[in-house]
Amino acid sequence: MNSSKKIRVLIAKPGLDGHDRGAKVVARALRDAGMEVIYTGLRQTPEMIVESALQEDVDCIGLSILSGAHMALFPRVMELLRKEGANDILVVGGGIIPEDDIPELKKAGIAEIFGPGTPLEDIVEYIRTHVKK
Amino acid sequence: MSIDDLVEAVLSGKRRALARVITLIENEDPKADKILSALYKHTGKAHVIGVTGPPGSGKSTIVTRMTAEFRRRSKTVGIICVDPSSPFTGGALLGDRIRMQEHTLDREVFVRSMGTRGHLGGLSRATSDAVRVIDAFGKDIIIVETVGTGQSEVDVVELAHTVIVTDVPGSGDDIQAIKAGIMEIADIFVVNKKDLPGADKKVTEINAMLDIDPNMGMWRPPVILTNANTGEGIPELVDKIEEHMRFLVETGLLKKKGLERSKEELEQLMKYKLTRELLMKLQGTPEYEEAIQKIAERIADPYTVAERLILDFLVKFRE
Ligand SMILES: Nc1nc2c(ncn2[C@@H]2O[C@H](COP(=O)(O)OP(=O)(O)OP(=O)(O)O)[C@@H](O)[C@H]2O)c(=O)[nH]1
Ligand SMILES: [Mg+2]
Repeated sequence: MNSSKKIRVLIAKPGLDGHDRGAKVVARALRDAGMEVIYTGLRQTPEMIVESALQEDVDCIGLSILSGAHMALFPRVMELLRKEGANDILVVGGGIIPEDDIPELKKAGIAEIFGPGTPLEDIVEYIRTHVKK
Repeated sequence: MSIDDLVEAVLSGKRRALARVITLIENEDPKADKILSALYKHTGKAHVIGVTGPPGSGKSTIVTRMTAEFRRRSKTVGIICVDPSSPFTGGALLGDRIRMQEHTLDREVFVRSMGTRGHLGGLSRATSDAVRVIDAFGKDIIIVETVGTGQSEVDVVELAHTVIVTDVPGSGDDIQAIKAGIMEIADIFVVNKKDLPGADKKVTEINAMLDIDPNMGMWRPPVILTNANTGEGIPELVDKIEEHMRFLVETGLLKKKGLERSKEELEQLMKYKLTRELLMKLQGTPEYEEAIQKIAERIADPYTVAERLILDFLVKFRE
């Protein structure tokens, strides 16, 4: 009787850049696809993101960033998750991220990076098929 | 993790175990009942506070301020924020955490967001089970935030010792609020957004309404003016919350309510489990389908059939 099982996603914005329109659009698309989306707002440190993800017991973390600090912040999130033994959580990234940085981010454990033009359905579909359930 | 391990981990304060058990409850996983039954004797210690009121009235901001005040008073805090799930997609956007970020890294505070989903056992069941696990986990104070839409706040009453109803100046529709039954459930009123025009008038209006309340008991709900953005009025609010708990203890109401709640819960659970058992046995059997057919064709009537099926079930049950 697991009819009410739901995919839970934390959408977080690490770093100091000040607008979150993109993150909110993705959050709404995931909600409309039947997921429970926990939105935590702007200016999250990696420590806050990981702690929120653990308390909310999410299946996926979506990180959105525009400031260019992804090379420092994304791997830090992965490192903290590993420390908590929570690397079963799927982590994806979005925002403005140069092609050249993607291989290194993936090596750090980010499962996928979605650039600005990615269709919302692709993001939904990716999360749906890749969360560990 | 096995059931025993999860129980052990919750009792020893492992927050990931707490988070996982709440997920099992939300998913109506059969393991959840076993865990809850093992945790039950460790519950009943927390002061459970419900916060409800219109969308945007500042509930989350108030909750985060209250939490800071409770922490200053050396209390640990659990928070559950309930938001409606879409009845069409089942999805939900849970945004209350945005206002609670200052507590994220405080290990003595645990915040969980829940969608209403459309649980078989009703919102009150999933939420009160989650409250119970946080109680067993050891939090002193548990705050449950729900939007006051005319339905869920009634559930809040069932699980909270102290119910706070929030309102804002100029929202005008007092008659509406009374009708929706939201006024009757308050132990404490908060008029938030004190900085906006009409705040004092709102307080006067609520007090005038309380003056003519024929059902007023020994506790007259205080009306507190706050500015949640600055924190003004919050220490007074927390004083009143603590005073309300003392009132419940001293008058014996806490015990009385506890008994009522236990009776209510036992009956709810029996109803739920019995119905589930019965339907699981019947649904899909040819006998059941045939009975439905006959009712539709007016060969049999549902009153007699329902009685017969229940009696059959009970007789078999005894064997
Ligand atoms: N002017 C003013 N604004 C306030 C006050 N308290 C909260 N707000 C603002 O009101 C808005 C809504 O606050 P929330 O705390 O999210 O309200 P809520 O009732 O939890 O909202 P929902 O959960 O969406 O129903 C935010 O923009 C707050 O900053 C206050 O005392 N004065
Ligand atoms: Mg809120």
